[in-house]
Amino acid sequence: MINRERIERIIHSALDEWQQLNPDGAKVAKVPGTVLFGEGSTLDSLGLVTLIAAVEREIAQEFDRPLTLVSEKAMSQRTSPFRTVATLTDYIASLLEEDSHG
Amino acid sequence: MAEQPVMVITGTRKGIGRSLAEHYCQHGYHVVGCSREPAAPGLNPYTHFCLDVVDEVAVARMFFEVQKRCGRLDVLVNNAGIASMNHCLLTPLATVRRIYETNVLGTFLFCREAAKLMQPRKWGRIVNFATVAAPLKLEGEAAYASSKAAVANLTEILARELAPLGITVNAVGPTPVKTDLIRSVPAAKMQTLLRRQAIQRFGEFADIANVVDFFLQPSSDFVTGQVIYLGGV
Repeated sequence: MINRERIERIIHSALDEWQQLNPDGAKVAKVPGTVLFGEGSTLDSLGLVTLIAAVEREIAQEFDRPLTLVSEKAMSQRTSPFRTVATLTDYIASLLEEDSHG
Repeated sequence: MAEQPVMVITGTRKGIGRSLAEHYCQHGYHVVGCSREPAAPGLNPYTHFCLDVVDEVAVARMFFEVQKRCGRLDVLVNNAGIASMNHCLLTPLATVRRIYETNVLGTFLFCREAAKLMQPRKWGRIVNFATVAAPLKLEGEAAYASSKAAVANLTEILARELAPLGITVNAVGPTPVKTDLIRSVPAAKMQTLLRRQAIQRFGEFADIANVVDFFLQPSSDFVTGQVIYLGGV
């Protein structure tokens, strides 16, 4: 079973990294409902790119395996898995579960 | 994190890729190379991965290992490429697909994965391989030249997308160089091609390395989205 808290911690850390790079940008709350993508997001497109790359890198380090978050399946879902901290956490957990079951 | 700068070069088993790997090993880089088959020994410091450049899982694994072992990536040189020279009516679709996969998809995939590793340090250099066959619009090279035209356009667009991350993206467009890539092309056809260049000779490895060296210089940080064609094309 994948520990969701570990994933959330990584997303929060990536948000911190983005915040440090954009000290003048809007403050992003580290809560499950924070919108990362689409209407109401505090991240611009470059912010999302930076966040996704940072999350991939940290997940690889933490779980000792490469993980690519972008896929056709992810991009075509009605509710984007990148929409909020919570949906991104669920999505990463599902990818890691799939991966661990080969 | 490795103190030495780290460079990924694709297609290092032979030809220009191998020469580039030797050149940059000698110039202080830790070179990470790849090809479908193992590389001959003699390169140091060098790490080799056997993979197909369009195998997304294998490529992601390779970059994961680069991050794990070296902790950084400074340069990517997308050298791997294949060609097939024939009239379009005599070109199987499978050949076109193979050329596009290696030349376009492979280049895209490596750029994407490399940029992820370069992004945290806000610094990186990507050099792609175009060809003079594209601007010369050479008959008999529809698949190869058009795939490289796509690489040139990809270079220009990625330059804009990756500029905010501190990464430059440029391309070198070599003339024919005496490698396996042109082995099957008749000599008369080669001479016709060379006559269309301003400087009518075969390219040498040093001509290509010179352009790549220029793109990598720290002082070239304002140079991006450029395709430099050799031979005055």
